[in-house]
Amino acid sequence: MSDQKMDSERRNLILATTAAGSVAVVAAAVPFVGSLAPSERAKAAGAPVEADIGNLKAGEKMVVKWRGKPVWILRRTKEMLASLETTKDSLADPDSKEPQQPEYARNTQRARPNPNPDTGKDGDDYLVVIGICTHLGCSPSDKSAEGNWHGGFLCPCHGSQFDLAGRVFKSQPAPTNLEVPPYKFLSPTRILIGDDSGAGTSSEA
Amino acid sequence: MKTRVIKLLKRLAIVALFTPALVAASEGIHLDKAPLSTEQANLQHGAKLFVNYCLNCHGASLVRYNQLQRIGLDEKTITENLLFTGDKVGDMMTVAMKREDAEAWFGTAPPDLSVISRAKGADYLYTYLRGFYKDENRPTGWNNVAFPNVGMPHALWNLQGEQTLVEKTGENGHQEATLVLSKPGQLSKDEYDQNVADLVSFLEWMGDPSAETRKKIGIFVLIFIAGFYVLAHALGKNYWKDIH
Amino acid sequence: MASIYPKYQSDGSRLGGLMEWFDARFPLTSLWKAHLSEYYAPKNFNFWYFFGSIALVVLIIQVVSGIFLTMNYKPDGNLNAAGIPGAFAAVEYIMRDVWGGWFIRNMHSTGASAFFIVVYLHMFRGMLYGSYRKPRELIWIFGVLIFLCLMAEAFMGYLLPWGQMSYWGAQVILNLFSAIPVVGPDLSVFARGDFVVSDTTLNRFFAFHVIAVPLALIGLVVAHVLALHEVGSNNPDGVEIKKFKDEKGIPLDGVPFHPYYTIGHDLPAISIFMFFFFAVVFFWPEGGGYFLEANNFLPADPMKTPNHIAPVWYFTPFYSMLRAMVWNFFWIPAKLWGVIAMGGGVVILAFLPWLDRSPVKSIRYRGPIFKNLLTVFVIGFLILGYLGAQVPEYCFFDQAWLPGAVIAQIFTFYYFLFFLTMPYWSKIDKCKPVPERVTFK
Repeated sequence: MSDQKMDSERRNLILATTAAGSVAVVAAAVPFVGSLAPSERAKAAGAPVEADIGNLKAGEKMVVKWRGKPVWILRRTKEMLASLETTKDSLADPDSKEPQQPEYARNTQRARPNPNPDTGKDGDDYLVVIGICTHLGCSPSDKSAEGNWHGGFLCPCHGSQFDLAGRVFKSQPAPTNLEVPPYKFLSPTRILIGDDSGAGTSSEA
Repeated sequence: MKTRVIKLLKRLAIVALFTPALVAASEGIHLDKAPLSTEQANLQHGAKLFVNYCLNCHGASLVRYNQLQRIGLDEKTITENLLFTGDKVGDMMTVAMKREDAEAWFGTAPPDLSVISRAKGADYLYTYLRGFYKDENRPTGWNNVAFPNVGMPHALWNLQGEQTLVEKTGENGHQEATLVLSKPGQLSKDEYDQNVADLVSFLEWMGDPSAETRKKIGIFVLIFIAGFYVLAHALGKNYWKDIH
Repeated sequence: MASIYPKYQSDGSRLGGLMEWFDARFPLTSLWKAHLSEYYAPKNFNFWYFFGSIALVVLIIQVVSGIFLTMNYKPDGNLNAAGIPGAFAAVEYIMRDVWGGWFIRNMHSTGASAFFIVVYLHMFRGMLYGSYRKPRELIWIFGVLIFLCLMAEAFMGYLLPWGQMSYWGAQVILNLFSAIPVVGPDLSVFARGDFVVSDTTLNRFFAFHVIAVPLALIGLVVAHVLALHEVGSNNPDGVEIKKFKDEKGIPLDGVPFHPYYTIGHDLPAISIFMFFFFAVVFFWPEGGGYFLEANNFLPADPMKTPNHIAPVWYFTPFYSMLRAMVWNFFWIPAKLWGVIAMGGGVVILAFLPWLDRSPVKSIRYRGPIFKNLLTVFVIGFLILGYLGAQVPEYCFFDQAWLPGAVIAQIFTFYYFLFFLTMPYWSKIDKCKPVPERVTFK
């Protein structure tokens, strides 16, 4: 009897000590695992980036570095915007169903409208997209229009092709469209990449 | 005999524990005890003084502005009140002055103040910032009781006013040098001391910003370990019951 | 080794089957039994026997925290744009910008001091109970080598924060090489890889600190434990428990190391150690200025030596011996004598198994000569440690007739005399009779 009683006491103590020990190990692991997350320096370096788009002419592209990645800002011409309708049938995800963009960029142009610095009217001229292929992370290069090709981007690594809204064509290695970062226009000529808080509501409808 | 060895060991250990290691800078100088505060209001006031009076020459280049959120300032307040133009809130608190210029002007580049409180101790800083006096023989016109022949002029002189060092015969008959306020500044002595205390509190916080956090966590950790010991000890006793 | 223990037999369950498969291909059961569940340790271990296990725990703390520090530290001796050396800024980056970094760093810096506290106590245990005596000479020698590795590890690690104490400490110790005749000065430059301690020195110290010395250290720890388990543990009575065995060949005074010592003895002790360890980590990371020295919060400045430069506390007894040597004799300059004293102070420990000629091992049965000489030895060692942390001209009793320098010389002399005359006095000491079996209440 007494042996059995002692054994149960020991079993309970072993259980309690093991449980407490596990809690201790997990708690001690928290700062170690946490230290692997982006540091304050990385976060500061990944802060929103402002860019001046006043000098960008129609058909021109500029590259801005945000969180260490290239962000393309392409000011599209009328022809370029028109081509987005004709490519539709050959695209994998023409309506941007995959969550590769903020809600306000879920449209054919994959852009939020902004006042055009030249005309003063709202337009979808600017494509803002992270220039990293969704396949394995290479940066696609520009491929200008020729023949049937309306222009777009071609990934040098595995040949994925994207149209001028960063949408991927069918039967390509890349699974999804290029990612559109959060952004907002601070003024007709200034854009903030990485932050879209409190931006104009008209585009979010 | 063995217990005697252990007793002696214990006594010596206690002596060693309570003998503070020497802080080189403070040798031979009487230091006033800094009335430190960890209240956010004091730290925020200290931060303001630091940015206004120190950061022109001294950097705190290991500290980010947005770390000041830890003393209760929000990003907007930091951006509007503390940042220099062109700086971002995630930037380090660096100084615009070039090191070569600083060396030319002061003889040596002003030290970075990020961890100065851990190097010099709060009491030294508190004494130093209240210890400036006029001295014609120095190129800057200022000298300091805590740091003789200091290269730095008195940055807070318009707050404190001007002090002079007066030789007096003290109560015990020795010649003593005392600081006397010869020209009052914007603040009374008590107000000035409080301002310096806030500034030093801020420097102390900046030297080790995790100090408050770790003390808070530490209590739980120690309580937990104490509890764990009780379990482990009971378990150990249970095992050793078998052994005779 | 594997053949002594039967292989694991499955009880038919899936887990049991996996275990059987594994054990047939790897000596899991035999390792477990040989070193834990069927390693019989004397049942009369006391307080002093905690420190071996605790040292292992500290080693693990240092390895794990060290790995995570390496991920964010940069051994860079050059000034950044703000005029701060890269390595110094990297440590503060860990303290401020890396989530949880202050915890990892405080653990590592506290662990360094904790390691020496634990190891000094562990070594003292060996001296109390004669744990170095035949047949345990090799365990002791591996231990001395571990101590040497630990000193190298601590010395090189201390350079990495690249503060004033880091810099000038390394400068002084590396200049010890220059005391060696003929090749010395060149050797000292060679060790630094530069004419002064520089970025080059920092980078090679980093390489030694994070990989070379830890590899040697862990290898030696394994050898230390293997050698111990080959001959069996000593105990506070200094008698061999293997002399009396039951019919199964198990020592009558032995208990299985696991669970009686692992859980029953060491786990509570480790939790007490952890309590003090984390009290320092969370509340006193500077350890009163002994664990993290105030001057090391000033970035290294090759143009300016701090007023008072002393090594970290765990080196100060040996540093005192270095400073105590101020005479040139036998055509050997004082500087070289200092280096000999400092190195010899550590190396002489390795000869202890052969210097001690006492008929008994444990202090419990040794005579008054040993007890008195050991008491003075311990006090002397602590005083040397204390004086090593003081400015050179420091007066211990604040009396001009007995300045610290003279006291340091007396105790340095005593330190060596204690060992060198041991073969004589240990033999003539009046020992008490040793019991056949261990005493266990």
